Amino acid sequence: MADWASEIRALLEGLDLDPARQLEIGEELGQHLDDRFEELRREGLSADDARRAALAEARDGRLIAELRQLRRPASTPVPGLDEPGGWLSGLGKDLRFGARLLRLNPAFATAALLSLALGIGANTAIFRLLDAVRMRSLPVADPGRLAGIRIVDNPYGRTGDFSGNFPQLTFALWQEIRAQQQPFESFAVWGTEWLNLSPGGEAREAETLWVNGGFFAALGVRPALGRLLQESDDRPGCGFSGAVLSDGFWHRDFAGDPGVVGRKVVLEGHPFEVIGVAPPSFFGVEVGRRFDVALPLCAEPLLHPERKKVPNREAWWLAAIGRLRPGWSVQRASAQLAAASPSIFEATLPADYDAVDAKHYLGFRLGALPASCGLSELQQRYETPLWLLLGTSGLVLLIACANLANLIVARASGRQREMAVRLALGASPARLLRQLICENVLLAALGGICALALSQVLSRALISFLSTRSEQWNVNLALDWRVVAFTAGAAMITCLLFGAAPAVGAARTSPGEAIKASPRGATAGRQGMSLRRVLVVTQVALALVLLVGALLFARTLRNLATTEAGFRRDQILTVELDLSPLALPRERRLGFKAEVLARLRRVPSVAFAASALIVPVSGRGWNENVGIPGTNVQRRVANFNRVSPDYFRTMGTPLLAGRDFGPEDTLSSPRVAVVTETFVRKFFGSGNPVGKTLAVVQEGGRPDQIYQIVGLAKDTKYGDLREDFTPIVFAAETQDENPGLQQRLVLRSSGDLSGLAAAVKSSLEDVNPAIAFRFNVFETMIQEGLLKERLMATLSGFFGLLAALLAMIGLYGVISYTVARRRNEIGVRMALGAGRREVLAMILKEAAVLLVVGLAFGIVLSLAGGQAARTLLYGLRPGDPLVLAGAVAVLSAVTLAASFLPARRAASLDPMNALRDE
Amino acid sequence: MELRALDRELKKGSAGLLILSLVEQRGRHGYEIGKLIEQRSRGALSFNVASLYPLLYRLEARGLVEGRWVEKPGQRRRRYYRITAAGRRVLRQQRSVWRTFVKAMNRVTAAELG
Repeated sequence: MADWASEIRALLEGLDLDPARQLEIGEELGQHLDDRFEELRREGLSADDARRAALAEARDGRLIAELRQLRRPASTPVPGLDEPGGWLSGLGKDLRFGARLLRLNPAFATAALLSLALGIGANTAIFRLLDAVRMRSLPVADPGRLAGIRIVDNPYGRTGDFSGNFPQLTFALWQEIRAQQQPFESFAVWGTEWLNLSPGGEAREAETLWVNGGFFAALGVRPALGRLLQESDDRPGCGFSGAVLSDGFWHRDFAGDPGVVGRKVVLEGHPFEVIGVAPPSFFGVEVGRRFDVALPLCAEPLLHPERKKVPNREAWWLAAIGRLRPGWSVQRASAQLAAASPSIFEATLPADYDAVDAKHYLGFRLGALPASCGLSELQQRYETPLWLLLGTSGLVLLIACANLANLIVARASGRQREMAVRLALGASPARLLRQLICENVLLAALGGICALALSQVLSRALISFLSTRSEQWNVNLALDWRVVAFTAGAAMITCLLFGAAPAVGAARTSPGEAIKASPRGATAGRQGMSLRRVLVVTQVALALVLLVGALLFARTLRNLATTEAGFRRDQILTVELDLSPLALPRERRLGFKAEVLARLRRVPSVAFAASALIVPVSGRGWNENVGIPGTNVQRRVANFNRVSPDYFRTMGTPLLAGRDFGPEDTLSSPRVAVVTETFVRKFFGSGNPVGKTLAVVQEGGRPDQIYQIVGLAKDTKYGDLREDFTPIVFAAETQDENPGLQQRLVLRSSGDLSGLAAAVKSSLEDVNPAIAFRFNVFETMIQEGLLKERLMATLSGFFGLLAALLAMIGLYGVISYTVARRRNEIGVRMALGAGRREVLAMILKEAAVLLVVGLAFGIVLSLAGGQAARTLLYGLRPGDPLVLAGAVAVLSAVTLAASFLPARRAASLDPMNALRDE
Repeated sequence: MELRALDRELKKGSAGLLILSLVEQRGRHGYEIGKLIEQRSRGALSFNVASLYPLLYRLEARGLVEGRWVEKPGQRRRRYYRITAAGRRVLRQQRSVWRTFVKAMNRVTAAELG
């Protein structure tokens, strides 16, 4: 028997088969040849002839050709047989091929993945915040049937005392609403307040919810331990009982003690009995907040005997959510509430309102609003900025897409020969398109995964950026289907945007031409190039929009930070004292406060000290209707403050005329006031007000209070830094006829503020260890007040820089590419006498044209887009010419610098070399 | 018609059908398949090593036949091919196509012959 092994090995050698498979085929073919050899021998051939004949059949070129094709089954279908996998067969192979291409080209892969991860990641991070504050339903039963109840139509504003996070209703109003409404089967009503947990010294606070008895039942919340509040717990005269703890507070303050029910939690010195613990998922009804303790509304008057809010018809402190009866829609409920409004407001009219306030009050109208997502201050304050930031980061993603598209167009040009060869070998254009799309999908999927991971970090960073010492945002940032869908959607759209056009272009290649052309000539015709130009123009336009936005917000922040506020911000410590544990009778309070002040003035590092009812820009306020006796100025609103002597010196507010308050201003002397410049302008027109009088209109028909003006102070900000100067009247603390148990102090330090706090603390403890107090650094408080502006400035600045960088890279790429493509032309020009200067100018001109077109579009877009940001700006308009000019200058400088490099490369070409390459 | 030409033309379209038919009832090895085709067609159709094995491998890669090494006492092991369930489906379908085709051809050519 013959041995065929060496012949067969030689045959199969070039096929590059899997070694095991090659052995098997070799064995099988060997056997066949054996059989054939024997057959031929039987037919009478000699051994040599038989061997030759058998081998000739095996060496017939068809065997190798067919076996080779076997390795690519997709391109050689068996005639008449359908491919079993159909259209999708080979998809895994496409993906593997794509992955291998990415591995082989790490620079491209890194650039692409990084821009995708950053672009999509920034979008996802901001979307997660929006999702958390805006779109998640409350963790309660059937949130779709909840509706908020509030005054929807009040053109004149409300009069009274406002407190808590959502001062929407008074207690009397809610009682009347409950009596007269039809749409709701149950209510959750609450007011918020910070209550002091510490028996004295520096205060430690619990965020408390005052809730109605049906609160938990209406929301469908079940207790984790003990029981929750019920209707029977909330009845007048209920005493100090019925505290429900949040899960977090239970763990923090009671170490998760399973026997907590029946123990006491001490709030403002009063022990409340704990009856139960709420489940961990229940954070309250305000997204972004947590609560520590829930107490029944009936206990509120006991805790504040001097300023009870329950019986006070002017105290706006409650918010209400109702659960709709089956069959009632929010619209229908709203209509019913509106219809019932006149009689509800009639029944609850505060007795002390004067005619004007009463007329406004009776004109209010109630309505219902969807509340399945709860209410949130975070929502109200940050919704516009977050949507705006989402838009901004979306633009960055677009620019990143344009860059990627550019990269891919460039790569596609490089791969045109590959495509041409594959087309020539029989691949269909659709098949090639699928291959390219597969590669892009792979990129987008990897980018999306990186982005999701990145957004985890970014959104947490954003939340910690928004949280301050006094406001800890408690937002659930866990992944939910919306976030995943958003990321997947963004990745998908991105992939389509950056992948589709180049892919179509590449698949449309004509194989013959592409193979014929030289590698350099093959770099795409006009189509590829004009697409890249459009992309760069888009990038420049979008980058300009983002830069304009960044500059607008940066200048807003700067304007606010440096705005003339009328006081010096640095070196001031504010101290809030709570004197209620001392139970001082009313007549001793003024004396005690003066004593505290005198004591603190003796602390060595205190330069000046004063007390003030209202610390500027702290968000608190007090206003009155003021008239000027003997003129026709009868009733205009002015802001008020009550301050001790030395207040103006402490705050650094100059007195322009007259005098400061002094020891001569007492309860028995005539009332005196210091007014500001704006007050003079609004009430007197002009002139020196010192010596004139003003009248504070009193409610309930009592005679006006007359104040003698003794001083004129420079204008100062009152409620917040963004507002224009308002008219302010300062009254003397020493003339306070009804002093409360709170005292706010402002201390100007001559040295280090932290040392000052320690010294003040020990001298307050010397005065009386039962005093509760809290420190704030004035400057920090102002900074925290500018959080929204800082957020916008920082993030839009970041996005603006990113955009400029991306546009720069884009332009650099296109110009480099042009230079490479026009190498021969440049060589010819130089050989014919063009100087380096001319070449440089020619290339730069090309860049400049792209830049100018992009800028023109960008300016139009910025002017349009700026309107969306109008409410967030301070001290400048959206179309501020300086900002526009600045952004144009920055972008032009950066991008022209980027195109200068390739231009110089072109200008330093050696014409001989360039031409020899042809 | 010259037989070599018929062989070439028809083999292209129907080789799969031939092989599937032969392995429908029992497993056969490659040489046996080649011989059977030659015998049953009385020499009109013939396959050699270069045309037969690539076709077998292709049918195997598509899951229509399944090759398995079988060892018998005193003999070298051989690779036997059997039809798979998918192969049976394709065979059924191809047979009916083929019959329709042959019937149509017969009708046309018979009419011509008169």
